[in-house]
Amino acid sequence: MRTDLAVIGAGPAGLAAALAAARRGIRVALVDAAPRPGGQYFRQPAPGLGTEGAVPRHGRRTWTRLRAALAESAVDVRPEHHVWCVERESGGLTVHALLGPEQRESVDVRADAVLLATGGYETVLPFPGWTLPGVVTAGGAQAMLKGGLVTPGRTAVVAGTGPLLLPVATGLAAAGVRVAALVESTDPARLPRHARALAGKLPEAAGYAARLLRHRVPVLTRHTVVRAHGEDRLTGVTVAALEAEGRVRPGTERLLPCDALAVGHGMLPHTDLAETLGCRLDGHAVAVDAEQRTDVPGVWAAGEATGIGGAALALAEGHIAGRSVAARLRGTAPDPHDWAPAARIRARERTAAAALHALHGPPAHWGDGVPDDTVLCRCEEVTAGAVREALTLGAGDTRTVKLLTRAGMGWCQGRMCAPGVAALTGCPPTPSRRPFARPVPLGVLAARHDRPTPHDRPHPRSEEGPS
Amino acid sequence: MTSPESADAARAFEVTFDGRPVEALPGRTIAAVLWAAGITSWRTTRDGGRPRGVFCGIGVCFDCLVTVNGRPGRRACLVPARPGDVIRTQEGTGHED
Repeated sequence: MRTDLAVIGAGPAGLAAALAAARRGIRVALVDAAPRPGGQYFRQPAPGLGTEGAVPRHGRRTWTRLRAALAESAVDVRPEHHVWCVERESGGLTVHALLGPEQRESVDVRADAVLLATGGYETVLPFPGWTLPGVVTAGGAQAMLKGGLVTPGRTAVVAGTGPLLLPVATGLAAAGVRVAALVESTDPARLPRHARALAGKLPEAAGYAARLLRHRVPVLTRHTVVRAHGEDRLTGVTVAALEAEGRVRPGTERLLPCDALAVGHGMLPHTDLAETLGCRLDGHAVAVDAEQRTDVPGVWAAGEATGIGGAALALAEGHIAGRSVAARLRGTAPDPHDWAPAARIRARERTAAAALHALHGPPAHWGDGVPDDTVLCRCEEVTAGAVREALTLGAGDTRTVKLLTRAGMGWCQGRMCAPGVAALTGCPPTPSRRPFARPVPLGVLAARHDRPTPHDRPHPRSEEGPS
Repeated sequence: MTSPESADAARAFEVTFDGRPVEALPGRTIAAVLWAAGITSWRTTRDGGRPRGVFCGIGVCFDCLVTVNGRPGRRACLVPARPGDVIRTQEGTGHED
């Protein structure tokens, strides 16, 4: 099929962009892997579960408005499309997507413009026991609760760092889970220096504080989980206080019995599709201009893909991107004054996001405390000891560590272990180049190979040479 | 492992996990069905034979791989449960060789 704009990702950024463009007469296909739009933030229980119960419902009013607008719009919503690659071809862009849930058949969506609203995923730093069943990412616990109305246990500890821990702890508590502790590594004494940037977030934070109090959730700041216990599943965690420089203060360890641990240390943007297209990155995020355009013609990006900043930022960026696409596809330059309110929100939210990022860095020296027998790479079962051995053999970057140990070569393509390997080796984490954003059946690739290839297809960016 | 609200039990259907009947509700993923039944692991790793289940919950980490109706390597957190699904613990790659 052929359309004007293909929006990849139906979370806040993708929804806002699709609606803004469609309202201006652009034909939009909204492509998403999930069975229903909403992304992670607006994830809804399946209709068959038919409930409005004790489910965390973020931005309920915003979601109601977006859902109604989408239903009234001409946007072509295409759920269960798992996009594995976007290619520039003569006369436009081609989005390749596996049809879910089977993911055996691939379809193409051709468009004049593509908006990457691919969202992000959670970072978890490794610690002993983090592979035990019952240990889940904070966002994973939330996704399972929002989408399936299920919880990972009866007594949970929520731990790590970052703003996501608050809705996860209050959401689990509201669902009837006893939250034994919210363990946040950041020292609240650091908050005042970011007070101005975060002033707009205070009402939200106060709401969470009230809910934590109501559910009697003990909050341990400047603490961390040092170990998860259990043989075949989680039975408890040891938490400890942190020194000012981020090391565990000896003698402060204590055991909290629990059968669930929801843990997270921030988020990273999904940039695979952008990288294959050759878009420039700024650190881990897709670099965009004031109109949310990447440096690749015809490709826009918005939301977490351009830097982790939350739903309000994603909505603003998506709206701006949608309006920019609408103008540019007609061959006109948009007038930024038209989207001034969204631009103000974008500026404010980016400032707040930078402050939250500075505030919620994971504890320094994390890698030093990881014992040799702790698994770093969950897929390939590569231990911290094996990675340290690679360093003694002369590995000076994460790529060489991967070649020597297989850390990062598994099913998840290093998405889960990259932050841990970086923390342990001291090598800066670099975005990995993944030509395909998800596993693709060989038959799908073989079928494509039989087709004639356009001559003007740009060559993929060449691999980095060894450093 | 609990279901926080009383969902519509009338529409429940059955799947099996390692031969045992397990009740499922429409719209739940295989991971959600297993969690609701108190099951948290359904894979053993290739090298260490260690148990694994849900980790990221959104299809990124591939820890929740499971064998469904004879096909291994399905992400339990993404695949919706269907009536009569035969779900089995995935040992290693799930391929017998």
